[in-house]
Amino acid sequence: MGLPNPAIKKGINTLIKFSNVTHFYNDGQENKITSLSEINFEIQKGDFIAIIGANGSGKSTLAKHINGLLLPSQGDVFVENYNTKDPENIWEIRKKIGMVFQNPDNQLVATTVEDDIAFGLENIGMEEEEMKERVDWALNIVDLNELRNSEPHLLSGGQKQKVVIAGALAMHTSYLVLDEPTSMLDPKGRKEVLEITKRLNQEEKITIIYITQFMSEAAEFNKIILLDKGKIILSDYPKAIFKKVDLLIKLSLEIPQITKLARQLSENGLNIPTNILKEEEMMEYLCLYI
Amino acid sequence: MKFSRNITIGQYIYQNSLIHKLDPRVKILTTILVIISLFLIKSWFGFSIIALYLFINIFLSKVHPKFVLKGIKPLIIIIIITLIIHFFTTPGEVIYHIWILNITKEGIQRGLFIAVRLFLLIVATSWLTLTTSPIALTDGIERLLSVLKFIKVPAHEIAMMMTIALRFIPTLMEETEKIIKAQMARGADFESGNLIKRIQNFLPIIIPLFINAFHRADELAIAMEARCYRGGEGRTHYRKLMISIADQIFFITTLFVILIAYLVVL
Amino acid sequence: MFIHLKNVFYTYNLHMPFQTEALKSINIMIEKGEFIGIIGHTGCGKTTLLQLIDGLLEPTEGQILIDGIDIHKDRSKLKEVRKRIGLAFQYPENQFFEETIYKEIAFGPKNLGISDDKIKDMVKNALAMVGMDYYLYKDRSPFSLSGGEMRRVAIASILAIDPEVIILDEPTASLDAQSRDKLLALIKNLYQRYNRTIILVSHNMEIIAELTRRLIVMENGRIMMDDTPRKIFQESIEKLESIGLSLPPVTNLMYKLKKIGKPVNSGILTVEEAKEEILKMVKKK
Repeated sequence: MGLPNPAIKKGINTLIKFSNVTHFYNDGQENKITSLSEINFEIQKGDFIAIIGANGSGKSTLAKHINGLLLPSQGDVFVENYNTKDPENIWEIRKKIGMVFQNPDNQLVATTVEDDIAFGLENIGMEEEEMKERVDWALNIVDLNELRNSEPHLLSGGQKQKVVIAGALAMHTSYLVLDEPTSMLDPKGRKEVLEITKRLNQEEKITIIYITQFMSEAAEFNKIILLDKGKIILSDYPKAIFKKVDLLIKLSLEIPQITKLARQLSENGLNIPTNILKEEEMMEYLCLYI
Repeated sequence: MKFSRNITIGQYIYQNSLIHKLDPRVKILTTILVIISLFLIKSWFGFSIIALYLFINIFLSKVHPKFVLKGIKPLIIIIIITLIIHFFTTPGEVIYHIWILNITKEGIQRGLFIAVRLFLLIVATSWLTLTTSPIALTDGIERLLSVLKFIKVPAHEIAMMMTIALRFIPTLMEETEKIIKAQMARGADFESGNLIKRIQNFLPIIIPLFINAFHRADELAIAMEARCYRGGEGRTHYRKLMISIADQIFFITTLFVILIAYLVVL
Repeated sequence: MFIHLKNVFYTYNLHMPFQTEALKSINIMIEKGEFIGIIGHTGCGKTTLLQLIDGLLEPTEGQILIDGIDIHKDRSKLKEVRKRIGLAFQYPENQFFEETIYKEIAFGPKNLGISDDKIKDMVKNALAMVGMDYYLYKDRSPFSLSGGEMRRVAIASILAIDPEVIILDEPTASLDAQSRDKLLALIKNLYQRYNRTIILVSHNMEIIAELTRRLIVMENGRIMMDDTPRKIFQESIEKLESIGLSLPPVTNLMYKLKKIGKPVNSGILTVEEAKEEILKMVKKK
């Protein structure tokens, strides 16, 4: 086990810390391309964070740094007290951090739902009885008990993502990193995945890091980190972020219709805040006028 | 071009039967033994014993015999061809004469004998795949091969490859269908032209299929790594395999039946 | 009358254990110059319908008539159908296989046996239609492009055969807002400037409400509604909700305001319309 890093000793609640993380790769022509530059942020226990950015902003690269799938070219990533650079720690870190990726088809390994959920547990050499218990438990949480014997290719996209989530839960993961988990799903699947993510944070106290390019999804989180060209340019509460609509448009992010409407109404002299995110809120303001 | 939807992996038919509950290793080994015995047995009596044994096994498994026959269907032509070749090429007592060809008595006997052997071979393997789920099969194969670890047989790797293949075959089939249709929508024609032209016509299917498959493999590898996969070492199994008394009885019975079928000739 | 689906049924795996009825008694007439949106849940039969229209599947029952001629009566007609109708599947860039963008786009015209110098013009035109510079892009590898560019090249490869009808299955999936808006502007352009008939399938209600002139709602392999989007988003909201389809947020907002007794017009399709309607109300008060 690596030694605890003195830099993060003081903040007991700081569980994940990016410290000056820069990442570059070669594009095959000896050109160094910087995909992350000087990223600094901390994640506390129980956080419910969205990371947003357009395609190519470095979101996925950042996600892969959290559990050491990629290592920083400069700087360090700490998970609890482990540095991801230390190869001794890597499996401990990956046990703690569950990952959900974009394409639901390319993450399931086994030929039935329950065998897939057990995949991670098999990898860490768990005993059979405990494995069975954990698989049952995880299946219940994501509400897929009836499909436990199904073959993955017969499931919907949303169900597949739920199986991936259950696989992470079975590992008793403390963090769940979801890298654009809904971008290939239909609205129903999207809703299901977002709902389960919320529930895991509230009921199972799992720290959530949710990467997306949908502002409407990001609006549901407690905190948003805004990424552009590999840099963090804002990190704040959704309300504060949504005040900067112009910036969001410039960064090629999708603005919820209601926020667009609020902005246009306020430009036309109505006294309506420009960072309204949801319909209910808009209704309240409009009822003052009509 | 037609494609089937909702293809299931393998031809496994679930039933709650004694046979389904047997350990896959026992079933794989008995199937291998039966196959070997079919090549050693030289008498019709031996064949009828094995046939009876297989019939009882299928009966016990509660799998409808029509599924077994379905497995034979695609191979029926091969059986018929073998039959005909033996009819005409075996020297011996001529019983029928067409043009320059002679059908001999020995030919008919031999042909029938080999056809029955082929038939039983297919029944035996169908019995295995019909009553054993693909997962149990791969588990069984992995465990059986791991006995051969000392001669460096990569048992876990082989099993993992089988699992991933089983998992992705339906996905890739769907994808192939989609690519074919998409290229047809762009005017591609897969049904005309000479052989070389036809092979060329398939490039617009094969290339995207490969590119996408590599892409998938890449993503899958990352996902597996994120889930702590690091090869077979220290890995446990979700499905525990246990040799029960039923397995032992079944195995001993099989050995006994095979011995009778084989020895009674001598 | 242009495209006519006459009492069409489609069943997958006919006479097999997994037989599934994907489409049931479908009747649609599509005229030249329409902009049709199709919505419905995954598995409602949308994609099957598109493939039938393009002659990639043959109906189990019923007829598909183009200009009054049954396209499956004479198999040689099918190629003609696919020349007149261009179909872009979901994630069309997954079908790329050529080394250069030029070759990729030329694939369609080449299959139709068009001469090389004519193909060059067609590729040029197709790239222009998706707003990409011919000289800048023709020699690049299609795999070197960004997501949004790839999508546009894929659509250009459909446009290259100069189809009268363009069918797009979820064309904006996985694109970021900027690429999406660019693509939507292009689609609008194909309809307005190039007078193409467009059939657009999308889960995104905002896009559907803003672009389409006619909306077909599908549920369980049947056509549930077929009307203008305004009428559907005004009069059939409960019906949409009953099958779990959502409304564009502004449409929903105005609908809710009306429901609580505010004197607003519902059936609002865009942010712009909502703004106008609200400002009108405010002034009245």
